[in-house]
Amino acid sequence: MKFRGKVWKFGDDVNTDAIIPARYLNTSDPQELAAHCMEDADPEFFQNVDAGDFIVAGKNFGCGSSREHAPISIKHAQIAAVIAGSFARIFYRNAFNMGLAILECPSAAAELETGEELEVDLVKGTIFNRSKKRSYQAEPIPDFMQKLLKAGGLIPYVQQKIKQEAEDA
Amino acid sequence: MSLTISEKILAAHSSQESVSPGELIEADLDFVLGNDITAPLAIKAFKESGAVRVFDAERISLIPDHFIPNKDIQSATQAKIMREFAIEQKLVHYYEVGRAGIEHALLPEAGLVLPGDLIIGADSHTCTYGALGAFSCGVGSTDLAAAMITGQLWFKVPPSIKLIFSGTRKPFIRGKDLILYTIGQIGVDGARYRAIEFAGPVIESLPMDDRFTMANMAVEAGAKAGIIAPDARTEAYVKLRAKRKYAFYQSDSDAQYEQLHSWDISDLEPQVACPHSPGNVRSVNELRNIKIDQVVIGSCTNGRLDDMRLAAKILKNRKVARNVRLIVIPATREVYRECLKEGHIKIFMDAEAVVSTPTCGPCLGGYMGILAEGERAISTTNRNFVGRMGHPKSEVYLSSPAVAAASAVLGRIAHPEEILT
Repeated sequence: MKFRGKVWKFGDDVNTDAIIPARYLNTSDPQELAAHCMEDADPEFFQNVDAGDFIVAGKNFGCGSSREHAPISIKHAQIAAVIAGSFARIFYRNAFNMGLAILECPSAAAELETGEELEVDLVKGTIFNRSKKRSYQAEPIPDFMQKLLKAGGLIPYVQQKIKQEAEDA
Repeated sequence: MSLTISEKILAAHSSQESVSPGELIEADLDFVLGNDITAPLAIKAFKESGAVRVFDAERISLIPDHFIPNKDIQSATQAKIMREFAIEQKLVHYYEVGRAGIEHALLPEAGLVLPGDLIIGADSHTCTYGALGAFSCGVGSTDLAAAMITGQLWFKVPPSIKLIFSGTRKPFIRGKDLILYTIGQIGVDGARYRAIEFAGPVIESLPMDDRFTMANMAVEAGAKAGIIAPDARTEAYVKLRAKRKYAFYQSDSDAQYEQLHSWDISDLEPQVACPHSPGNVRSVNELRNIKIDQVVIGSCTNGRLDDMRLAAKILKNRKVARNVRLIVIPATREVYRECLKEGHIKIFMDAEAVVSTPTCGPCLGGYMGILAEGERAISTTNRNFVGRMGHPKSEVYLSSPAVAAASAVLGRIAHPEEILT
């Protein structure tokens, strides 16, 4: 699970209303939610972002509402991973349940700037800034969470497990 | 082994004598809830997982409250998904429009969430029920799906933070001022992944409605739960409402806390959170020259009967300032009925406020009071993030109902003392 892409940098306490404003919560269509991703923080985010890019932010990313529409919107905007100093509790849980990769790394969160090129290995938790030739080590993603990410989220993971058990039986 | 209330509830629900912070447990849930925004995604996950029936049709409540009565075709479609699922699964506690109210005011009032319970809800303000001495926390839709299927969920036992409030409250100092003060002190991530325990003589003196306000906004400090030890006031509140057995848990005197803060609030003035963070808190006295366009009194934070009484006391025989809109939203039908009986609705209407049936509406910028570019509101709701109540270039200040009502009359942020001495 290695990714290469550009940094899109945001500040501390990015809340779920900033990630996906409530005025768009009258739908749960992933593509529509993606089209409004980060809109109130950067209205052109979705137009400018490329598949495989990274959101980088400070502490407490994803605070506020429990809306799972937030990680869905980021995932379907084709963001490879969110790297932050820390994550709010509900967002952390929702991200893995949705199969959105997130990495906690305060030093990278502090130093990375918009536009810099990254190479990220999710399994090892390594972040390499290709623009500045600097490396960072994030908290590695726990095994169980890696399984969720590989499956694409909690529900596909449970489906795979049920299928596997049926085949084994 | 000495335990906090939170640890005792989590231990009791995972069939253990004790649990400690950091431990992962799988626990049985007493109650599970979702709303018209979060339930449709959970229902999709429920169906995709291949599940057929919910674990218990009496332990799940689905409540349309965010965009109801439906504001547009899309929100009507979401509500329809939830309604059809509730019918198919024979959910006892599905509340149709006309019987519904704002979930976190409705469920305690209906006696469906109780002291000692372990509760999850796909809404971040599910932490409200901590006011009853329950362990209650918000989750996402996929966790709601898992909970609806199995009646269980995994938890990481949180460390606890104890906040002790002492002194005497000045007039007009309510639960909202205390929780805004708290968030101002510890920050919007000050209790991240933690359980907050609110304690001390000031908390013991607080009516239930104020306790709900405090527990409700624990999540605004990043907390997993905000809990208040149940006492005689709790007993008086639940004994007439409870639909099943409940249990009072108390923290042991030598329970372990990760942090302990003690605050004397005797000099505390009404608190206001300024844009764009619930942690950007100042005394109302520093903000008295700020003009406003709109005032909202309601929400799961401050839409209960005591909140309405306080607003009515200030608005009685007065008018909302020219060019200011006041929107009052009693949080449930019971609150609305009591407001009718006690004459508050007449006071609001005479003051030239808009009075709405229960809805979350403007709190999250859904509908029923959206702000235009450059507009400013003071609101008794819980969040004032960029764009929360409408245009990204609008502003929201958060306050108690007393400050909001006084501000509506004077057309600027005001201390209630300026109206009632």
